[in-house]
Amino acid sequence: MSAVKRKKRDGRNRARFASGPTGTFLRLVFSLAITFFGLLLVTFLIGRVLPIDPVLAAVGDHASQSTYNRVREEMGLNLPLWQQFFIYVSNVLQGDFGQSVLTSNSVLYDIKRVFPATLELATIATIIGVALGIPAGVFAAINKGKWPDHVVRVIGLAGHSMPIFWLGLMGLLVFYMKLDWVAGPGRLDSFYVDFIEPTTGLMLVDTLIEGDIDLFWNAVSHIVLPASILAYFSLAYIARMTRSFMLEQLSQEYILTARVKGISEHRIIWRHALGNVMVPLVTVIALSYANLLEGSVLTEIVFAWPGLGLYITNSLLNADMNAVLGGTIVVGAVFISVNMLSDVLYRLLDPRARR
Amino acid sequence: MSNETLLSVKNLEVTFNTPKGDVHAVRGVSFDLGCERLGIVGESGSGKSQTGRAILGLTAANGKITADQMTFHDVDLANLTPKQWRKVRGARISMIMQDPKYSLNPVMTIGDQIIEAYREHHKVNAKEARHRAIDMLDAVKIRDPERVFNSYPHEVSGGMGQRVMIAMMLIPDPELIIADEPTSALDVTVQLQVMAILDDLVRDRGMALIFISHDLQLVSSFCDRVLVMYQGHVVEEIKASALHEAKHPYTKGLLNCLPKMDGDHSDLPILEREASWAEG
Repeated sequence: MSAVKRKKRDGRNRARFASGPTGTFLRLVFSLAITFFGLLLVTFLIGRVLPIDPVLAAVGDHASQSTYNRVREEMGLNLPLWQQFFIYVSNVLQGDFGQSVLTSNSVLYDIKRVFPATLELATIATIIGVALGIPAGVFAAINKGKWPDHVVRVIGLAGHSMPIFWLGLMGLLVFYMKLDWVAGPGRLDSFYVDFIEPTTGLMLVDTLIEGDIDLFWNAVSHIVLPASILAYFSLAYIARMTRSFMLEQLSQEYILTARVKGISEHRIIWRHALGNVMVPLVTVIALSYANLLEGSVLTEIVFAWPGLGLYITNSLLNADMNAVLGGTIVVGAVFISVNMLSDVLYRLLDPRARR
Repeated sequence: MSNETLLSVKNLEVTFNTPKGDVHAVRGVSFDLGCERLGIVGESGSGKSQTGRAILGLTAANGKITADQMTFHDVDLANLTPKQWRKVRGARISMIMQDPKYSLNPVMTIGDQIIEAYREHHKVNAKEARHRAIDMLDAVKIRDPERVFNSYPHEVSGGMGQRVMIAMMLIPDPELIIADEPTSALDVTVQLQVMAILDDLVRDRGMALIFISHDLQLVSSFCDRVLVMYQGHVVEEIKASALHEAKHPYTKGLLNCLPKMDGDHSDLPILEREASWAEG
């Protein structure tokens, strides 16, 4: 969902509801509900339009016509489309995404298993990307046209242009095989895998809950390489945007005012200018985070990371429509929540947006 | 007018290096300033603002300042390190900017911005600084200083914003204030109010003032002495009270362009410029 669309939606709803905290909350819930409904409608229609017969996928090629018909009725596919949609929505709202043909688990169970892996990876990657990307962008902006600017640009460009699977393989080759600084593919050494009870599904958190520091460091050394490689990708983008936002802010009048006051250059850049840069930057970071949360299939394959991207791709290749649609809904819901979060942060950072 | 010289500028030149060649914004400006109120008038592009910025060393990065002499008391403004500049700016020389809509940081509260200006030069705790800031807001005749203290710049009007600006620039108690078109962005009705507040404070605290404006009448009513600038040169220096005795044709031309309240209602003359004025 683009920022522009979001703005428009806000504008329309503002007219409809009263202002004030309650109004803001109602507006938020309303726009959430509408967006989620749209998401369900689209995924439902995609599921019906795709030339995949869910009945055939369930019963197999050799089933008799009578079995086929029975299963078709069991699945509710003989009902009118609006009724099917209604059932679909009420199922989804109860957390029932159906059964996965591929894993023969319920889709919800599968997603509960794979989504935390992606969430963990994307979060660590975004933290690294932000922690390095913003300073790199600021550094490039204040040295505009000089060698630090060029260095940041070349590193960023390389990060954006290199195929991520190649980077992943090279990373494994160098840091795992040759140098042995990090652990290899997977979320834990295979020896440890069954030791841990998935409370939250986030390996870094679960190991801490169990109080097992060895396992925690093992999880860290597994996540560090894939997260860094994903981070490199988003870092390039974040640094580039930070640089251009920063240059724009540094030419504003209030920066001159701050200089007149005799404030240190350090404070002018990190407090005055960056405070204003963060306002548009928060949307950039949120979008890049949301993209990572979709699951990065290539990285997940290279690092045997049991995440959402891998799950959706495998399901799609095996015509497992329930799993694909369930995954799509999760991705959509993630986008909606991250957008909402960036809206909230936007208001927090920019007093002009608080009404 | 005091005899002691605060600021002495001799042959100041500001040149900008642009892709289309060098642009000479200020060409050989010289003046001495005591503890007085000096007006600098001129049309846009005459170099008046650039003169003000050069005194604070805040010329844009592609600009170059040269001067035979530029001293403030015993400080040589022509050769200061960034660290030395920070002790001069705000604390000893300060500048009031043109438009509060752009010259205040939109994401910081007004209180934070004023406190920042004060604490940069005075080692006091947060409570004391807050107290000072609210007193200062009161001094610029803001009726509800507590509320304004906690407001953001977009929440106050232009006239109020400019009073905040004055409060912020005067709070470290500088010796010289440069006011760069401080009222141009304001409504005519608030202009005089804001000017009067600035004038009162400058007199009360015994500060020197450089008032940069294109408004000859406003300048003459608030200043002791006026410099008239044209194309980077000072074409005339004259006492504000003796403005009607101006000799230079440009100053006379400017004066003739002002509408008169009484008598003569014929068309105002168009200012005729002569190339020789720019050679100064």
